[in-house]
Amino acid sequence: MRNLDTAFLALADPTRRAILARLALGEATVMELAEPFDMTQPAVSRHLKVLEGAGLITRRVEGTKRPCRLAPDAIAEIDRWLDWLRQAMARNYDRLDDVLAEMQTEEGKEKP
Amino acid sequence: MSKLTLTTEGDRHVVVTRRFAASPEAVFRAHTDPKLVQKWLLGPDGWSMPICINEAKPGGKIRYEWSDGKGAGFHLTGEYVEVEPYSRIVHIERMHLPDPTPDNHVETRFEKDGTGTLMIMRMTLPDAETRAAMLATGMDEGMEASYARMEGMLQRGELAA
Repeated sequence: MRNLDTAFLALADPTRRAILARLALGEATVMELAEPFDMTQPAVSRHLKVLEGAGLITRRVEGTKRPCRLAPDAIAEIDRWLDWLRQAMARNYDRLDDVLAEMQTEEGKEKP
Repeated sequence: MSKLTLTTEGDRHVVVTRRFAASPEAVFRAHTDPKLVQKWLLGPDGWSMPICINEAKPGGKIRYEWSDGKGAGFHLTGEYVEVEPYSRIVHIERMHLPDPTPDNHVETRFEKDGTGTLMIMRMTLPDAETRAAMLATGMDEGMEASYARMEGMLQRGELAA
């Protein structure tokens, strides 16, 4: 079992979650990651260090570059995020259920 | 039991489905009548939608403004492309945070399903990176509300890998 505290601390930052979401599309270098997030390379490197320490990404050496990719465990984490997004939308639609029930009641009143 | 499904498709799509115990006409109206939209499209608990403009006709405007009642807020603008009562809506939307996000092209279908309705919402983002960013943003919202619950689950060991 890996250290869940470290993993969740790593996931608590929106930039790191966005970096993981980008890596879900495939391997990327620090330079490629810095560009869409409008961040300096040292800032991205600091985030990558946290993600690597949490076991969410792995890095390999390719000449002077060290491209990053998602660790297999991180894919399970992304599935978990999708669950959270589902829950946020689910709250809206639960409220819509109530609205639809109200609409039916009102229709019933109009047509005695 | 969760009735909602949210899945990614290809590089640029997100597909959401949900069943409702009401007719397609009622579900369509709840998506296009501003007074009804204001009752449910609110996101996290505690937020409201003081401004709701929803002109359900081709070329019609959409503007939703949300507020947490404590000074925080953001808004969404969009345009209707196609409106087929009570079965299909195509619209384009973007969030203003405050800079506009890339356009999200959304097709929403309402299909009769027994005595109820199956809603199928298919979003198309301009590219894979925009979709990743959108999902990451949505995740934040879920994250906040779920953090306390997650901590409880961690303590009980339910999330142990």
